[in-house]
Amino acid sequence: MLKLSINGQPREFAAVLTVADLVQELSLTGKRVAIERNGEIVPRSTFADTSLASGDALEIVVAVGGG
Amino acid sequence: MSDMFQIAGKTYSSRLLVGTGKYKDFEETRHAIEASGTEIITVAIRRVNIGQDPSQPSLLDAVPPSKYTYLPNTAGCYTADDAVRTLRLARELLDGHKLVKLEVLGDSSTLYPNVRETLRAAETLVKDGFDVMVYTSDDPIIAKELEQIGCVAVMPLASLIGSGMGILNPWNLRLIIENAKVPVLVDAGVGTASDAAIAMELGCDGVLMNTAIAGAKDPVRMARAMKLAVEAGRESFLAGRMPRKLYSADPSSPISGLIGAK
Repeated sequence: MLKLSINGQPREFAAVLTVADLVQELSLTGKRVAIERNGEIVPRSTFADTSLASGDALEIVVAVGGG
Repeated sequence: MSDMFQIAGKTYSSRLLVGTGKYKDFEETRHAIEASGTEIITVAIRRVNIGQDPSQPSLLDAVPPSKYTYLPNTAGCYTADDAVRTLRLARELLDGHKLVKLEVLGDSSTLYPNVRETLRAAETLVKDGFDVMVYTSDDPIIAKELEQIGCVAVMPLASLIGSGMGILNPWNLRLIIENAKVPVLVDAGVGTASDAAIAMELGCDGVLMNTAIAGAKDPVRMARAMKLAVEAGRESFLAGRMPRKLYSADPSSPISGLIGAK
C-alpha cells in the first residue's frame, strides 16, 4: 500500500507508482501541471523515472487567473 | 515615434500589464485582455482540483502563453519560503520561464507587503536565476534595495490591492522613479482610467492592474479605457507638460487686432 499526501489530502494507492503513473491515476494526463515532491521540484522530464514512496508529500499545481 | 518598453531584455510596446483574476468566465478574460492591448499578463499558481473533468477549459486555452508573456505571481504567500517554492513550481510549469512577479503579503486585511520577507525572497530568487518584478510598498529606500538585489523592475503600490483608491502618494512614487535605474511600475490601487494616466504622467514605466478592469461594470470597455489612459499618460509625460502659472492667466488668442480698438 502506497500512502501519499497530495495537495494536503491523504491518498492511498494499491501499488507502487512513478510520478507518471500518478499523473495518469489522477486523470491529469495532458494537463499542464507542475509537481513538487517533499519540497523539491520534480522536472516533467523525470516523471517516468521517479518512483514514489509512502510518506511522500506532493504538491500538484496549475496556472489560474490572478492579479 | 517608437517608445518601447524593456523588461529583462525583452521589448514590449504596451506599458499596461493586466491580471487574469476575478473575471466572470474565461471568455470575458480573453476579451478584456485583448481590448487592453497588453502583452504581459499575471497568473496565479494554485493546487490542481483533483477529480475535476480534465476536459474543462483552462486559462491557458483562453489566453495562451504563446500569445502573451506570462507573469506568474506569488499572491497569497505570506513568507519568503512559500513565495520561492511557488515560483519554482511556476518555472517548471511554464517550461523554464524566468520572469516572475514577487509579492509577499503582510496581512490578509490590508494585503500590504511584508517588506522583510519580500527582500529575503528577492535575494533567493535573483540568485536562483529568476527575473524578478517585485511588488512593494512606496518606500524609496526599500525600492532602491530591491533594485540593488537585482530585481528587474520595482512595482510600488499606489494604494491597497483591489481598493481602487488611486494614487495616494505621488511624491513617493516620484522619489522612487527619479532614483531608479530599473523600470518602475505602479502595481495595485488603480481604480479608473485617470489613475493610470496620472501614474504614467509621473514617469512610471508601466502600470499593472486587475480589479480596476475585472471589477468594472463593463470590463472589456474599461480594458480599452485603460489602454488609452496608459498611452495618453505616457505621451503626456514624454511631451512634457506646460509650466504651471500661479495667480496669473495667459490668453490663448491674440491680444491685438480686436475690433473697435482705438
